[in-house]
Amino acid sequence: MVCDELLVSRVVGDIGWPPGDRPHAANRARRRHAAYAGHVTTPSPGWTDELARARLHVVTGKGGTGKTTAGAALALALAHGGRRVLLIEVEGRQGIAQLFGLPPLPYSEEHVTNVPGGGELRALAVDAEAALLEYLSMFYSLGFAGRTLRRMGAIEFATTLAPGLRDVLLTGKVKECVTRTDARGRHAYDAVVLDAPPTGRVVKFLDVTKAMADLAKVGPIREQSDGVVRLLHSGDTAVHLVALLEELPVRETLEAVEDLDSAELRPGAVLVNRVRPVRLPVAVADGAATGRVETDELMAGLRAAGLTPSPAVVEGLVDETVEHAIRVRSERQAMDQLAGADLPVLELPDRADGIGPGALHELAELLIEQGVR
Amino acid sequence: MSTPRVRPPGLDIDELLDDGDTRVVVCCGSGGVGKTTTAAALALRAAERGRRTVVLTIDPARRLAQSLGLRQLGNHPRRVALDDAPGELHAMMLDMRRTFDEMVLAHAGPERAQQILTNPFYQTISTSFSGTQEYMAMEKLAQLATEGGWDLIVVDTPPSRSALDFLDAPQRLSTVLDGKIIRLLSAPARAGGRGIARLVSTGFGLFAKAVSTIVGGQLLADASAFVQAFDSVFGGFRERARATYRLLRSPGTAFVVVAAPEPDALREAAYFVDRLATEQMPLAGLVLNRTHPVLAGLSGAGAQAAADTLTERGDAALAEAVLRLHADRVAVAEREKRLLAGFTTAHPEVPLIGVPALPTDVHDIAGLREIGHRLAGT
Repeated sequence: MVCDELLVSRVVGDIGWPPGDRPHAANRARRRHAAYAGHVTTPSPGWTDELARARLHVVTGKGGTGKTTAGAALALALAHGGRRVLLIEVEGRQGIAQLFGLPPLPYSEEHVTNVPGGGELRALAVDAEAALLEYLSMFYSLGFAGRTLRRMGAIEFATTLAPGLRDVLLTGKVKECVTRTDARGRHAYDAVVLDAPPTGRVVKFLDVTKAMADLAKVGPIREQSDGVVRLLHSGDTAVHLVALLEELPVRETLEAVEDLDSAELRPGAVLVNRVRPVRLPVAVADGAATGRVETDELMAGLRAAGLTPSPAVVEGLVDETVEHAIRVRSERQAMDQLAGADLPVLELPDRADGIGPGALHELAELLIEQGVR
Repeated sequence: MSTPRVRPPGLDIDELLDDGDTRVVVCCGSGGVGKTTTAAALALRAAERGRRTVVLTIDPARRLAQSLGLRQLGNHPRRVALDDAPGELHAMMLDMRRTFDEMVLAHAGPERAQQILTNPFYQTISTSFSGTQEYMAMEKLAQLATEGGWDLIVVDTPPSRSALDFLDAPQRLSTVLDGKIIRLLSAPARAGGRGIARLVSTGFGLFAKAVSTIVGGQLLADASAFVQAFDSVFGGFRERARATYRLLRSPGTAFVVVAAPEPDALREAAYFVDRLATEQMPLAGLVLNRTHPVLAGLSGAGAQAAADTLTERGDAALAEAVLRLHADRVAVAEREKRLLAGFTTAHPEVPLIGVPALPTDVHDIAGLREIGHRLAGT
């Protein structure tokens, strides 16, 4: 198939280290290339054993890259094989409800869908105000005062006074969901997927240690946040980055990986979203990107297919082809840049018909094919 | 698949930019739809059509910033060199901290201003409060409108969680800074006793105690000192916010809602259109960025069938690939039309213009000029 040619050519360019040289990077590179296994034939270790062990999957990405969609697909994929998965959102957007065609989610863990193999996906929309009241009620009996405080804007005030407080409350609730166990000590959820704030804010959001520097040095919230810090910096947590094959999302992704590294948070996989099929054979694509398309050859082929196109149609087809080739070239460059992050890369295809619940299940299947487990 | 045809009026960008009564254009929309690029392209086009224009960008991509000569934060407009433009283009990037500092200096005496600027709580408010960037963008707009003698000011809006944040930010900050709650919090001994605290029951005393346990006594003391110092300049701030709000509602202002053909972006755009109507703010129309119109008059199904024929024959790889990519493009265009129809059915009166996607990112003046052509439909 023609599209494989291009995908393979993306891969060979940077595999040429001598054996033994840069073993770590080479290892990561092998994983990375295997991410294309959906298109090629080798079984895919794109999703590493480390990632398979993670219980908290944080999903971030530049605004507009589709992180909510990617996060939901990942949550569905993880729920295969009879597992219980919780998908959490924290920005008050009700993105999960919209995606699955549900009424707005309350502040409680709601059933979303069953997953083939006996698994279940639940969802939770965490609200910072509700989390603060819930939290305070564990230590103080506020009674009816909670509602009044809310109306007065006192809670917004408290979170404004210490902006880190909001993040501590939200991540604290996430941690509670990840670590909750039943009477027999079994985890309530096998995996938790967090639809996190976008890349520009995510490190600040997750860097609870720093947020706590502004807050009280003792007391219950301090103890809770120490637990949050331990979870977020442990092998139980991976931070996945959703990117598009465009310049800005790629740059933000690479910057976020650096920021995560310096905050000692663990980058997981790069989920490349809305990957469109590459249609042109390599030999044609390079020329077409500079505006050269063999019009005679094209005409002959169209006639062979029984078409008798007008010159205007042929001209339009050539224009579309050139645009496609230019896009493919810049996407290839974007993919090469992403490879610099040395992380597993998984692909989600563009859905020309849009994203509904059915499409989400298909995206989940594709993630499983690429190794998600 | 056929789509219900709603024919909304076209958005005439050149008419908008050429109209001497248009003084302010605000580009708003959700994150990642190309607001900054649209704002810069509109400003460039206005300058090249003879107007003395300034564009206020919030957080431009690095290469776009460079092409506009915005290598560093200046917080004041700089002229962008253009060949043979009858007008002028100036550009600036918002420095939210400096804008806030300048505002404090303008409204407080020198001594009071020092007290405010050195208070640790001010550092928090001026850099981390989630509405500060939006508020300062509007403040900067107000400054440009009163000071620069500009024909036209084009404003980009911050990449907020919600596109509406910049309308609400001044109000939210006012709530925080107007001092009632902080006075209650910083005097927990009185809470539950006399005055306003009685109204909110003893729960507030507990709340104050809880908050001070959580945020620590020092922060609360800083905040209290800050609010007291700020009290004197607060009237000036509030008056300023009201003036900006009036400016946004004046007939010289035009809101351009920017969206991409994606469900989230269009949903935000629809919210925004409703909100502008509620606030009686003047909407110029919707710019739908990055569309993929079909360039060749051949049906998707026809192209697909012809490509299948060629696959069987196996001797016309080029034509086969071209037909398949055309069929992809038809499918994408159909989806975009369907999504747009959802918007236009609910808002048939909103003028709109589609801007076909460029195959690569825009980061120079030539690219902005091309976007300008597409915005104007030329």
